[in-house]
Amino acid sequence: MVTKSLHKRESDLANSNRQLEILSNGIFQDGELPTFKNKISESNQFPLKAKKLEILQINVGYMCNQVCEHCHVDAGPDRKEIMTRDTMQQCLAVIKKTEAHTLDLTGGAPEMNPDFRWFVEEAAKAGIKDFIVRSNLTIIRANKKYYDLPEFFKKHNIHVVSSMPHWTRGKTDKQRGDGVFDKSIKALQELNAVGYGMPESNLRLDLVYNPSGAFLPGDQASMEKDFKKALKADFDIEFHNLFAITNLPISRFLDYLIASENYEDYMYSLVEAYNPTAVAKVMCTNTLSISWDGCLFDCDFNQMLELPVNSKAKHISEYNEALLEGRNIVISQHCYGCTAGAGSSCQGVVA
Amino acid sequence: MQKTYYDPADLKKFGKISEWNQELGDAFFEYYGKVFEDGALTAREKSLIALAVSHTEQCPYCIDAYTKDGLQRGITKEEMMEALHVGAAIKSGATLVHGVQMMNKVNKLDM
Repeated sequence: MVTKSLHKRESDLANSNRQLEILSNGIFQDGELPTFKNKISESNQFPLKAKKLEILQINVGYMCNQVCEHCHVDAGPDRKEIMTRDTMQQCLAVIKKTEAHTLDLTGGAPEMNPDFRWFVEEAAKAGIKDFIVRSNLTIIRANKKYYDLPEFFKKHNIHVVSSMPHWTRGKTDKQRGDGVFDKSIKALQELNAVGYGMPESNLRLDLVYNPSGAFLPGDQASMEKDFKKALKADFDIEFHNLFAITNLPISRFLDYLIASENYEDYMYSLVEAYNPTAVAKVMCTNTLSISWDGCLFDCDFNQMLELPVNSKAKHISEYNEALLEGRNIVISQHCYGCTAGAGSSCQGVVA
Repeated sequence: MQKTYYDPADLKKFGKISEWNQELGDAFFEYYGKVFEDGALTAREKSLIALAVSHTEQCPYCIDAYTKDGLQRGITKEEMMEALHVGAAIKSGATLVHGVQMMNKVNKLDM
């Protein structure tokens, strides 16, 4: 069980260049993996182009009350990077002038940013259709000051997307830390109590499933059925959809893969499961990811690998739709993670 | 260099058996794929059956494949072990039930 971020441990994997070096050169015994660039070129999908912006994903800070084994953000209580109100103001200015229909707030635990509630209230006035907060659930039970979050979410009709790796305590706590399962169950019950996740409710509550190990997610629809059956039977919990997300081989999950000697097999699994039809639908084509300090990336994973957008506009203060639309998406070997099987995005499968 | 009869890397080459007889290979994989689709039994239940049979057949490739398949389907280690015990019970039961044949033979031959 990890207790500190790679940054705090001063691991060489805290360095994005080191991660990219491993991803590009590999540690393979019997030859090299095909490059993602060559793979998508086979189906004439290189370069991958950005389409019209639909989703603004804003990472409001890497601080988190949990230290999950697989976290691609390398988030944790020891991470202090946090978005300032000034940068939030710059984001609000962009929200007002784009036609993006979804605002997706992520972290770390986004609720731990001291300006989180102010930002939600200001962004709600800007006419966003789907306002997502990616909550780790336990934050709702972490401290008295967060106990009213379910009511706050309800007041602003926030779409809550919550991490839940399994319906059993053992698998959940192993990935996310001791006690996380019980707190998550309590938080889900509290969200249900205010109307979230109920079958006829407009208060959307979706769960995110990440495999708790070196394997790919199974069929999303079957997993959703199993999650619903078990959570209802054991805890009387309801939710809407389950998003099955593939763990990308970066940051702490990469560290785990290498330490457990699963890296090579995992990369082969991703390549074997490569699905060319998923390429056109990957989330980076309609999403812009904004880091805590306002820099622009094609996706959250590129943000963590410090691979900025291929555009003259590299910061939210320089946002320019004409410059960003149609840009070439920056790719590397980790992109296999989003194109394996039925594909993977922050909204679950894509193909 | 270590030499063993089983090489885990060979599992990835399973599809190559079609190369020396495409027609039968294709027919097998088509049948195999159909068998594991959702039917009267769910694909999840079939995965657990396959895991149990993998052990009774003592096929290391199948054990690796269906352990991984089970994890991907969210099957817990407790469910996996329980399925394995079903296989083990049948295997030991099958051994013991032949004891009736032994007893019959003894009863026939012995004075």
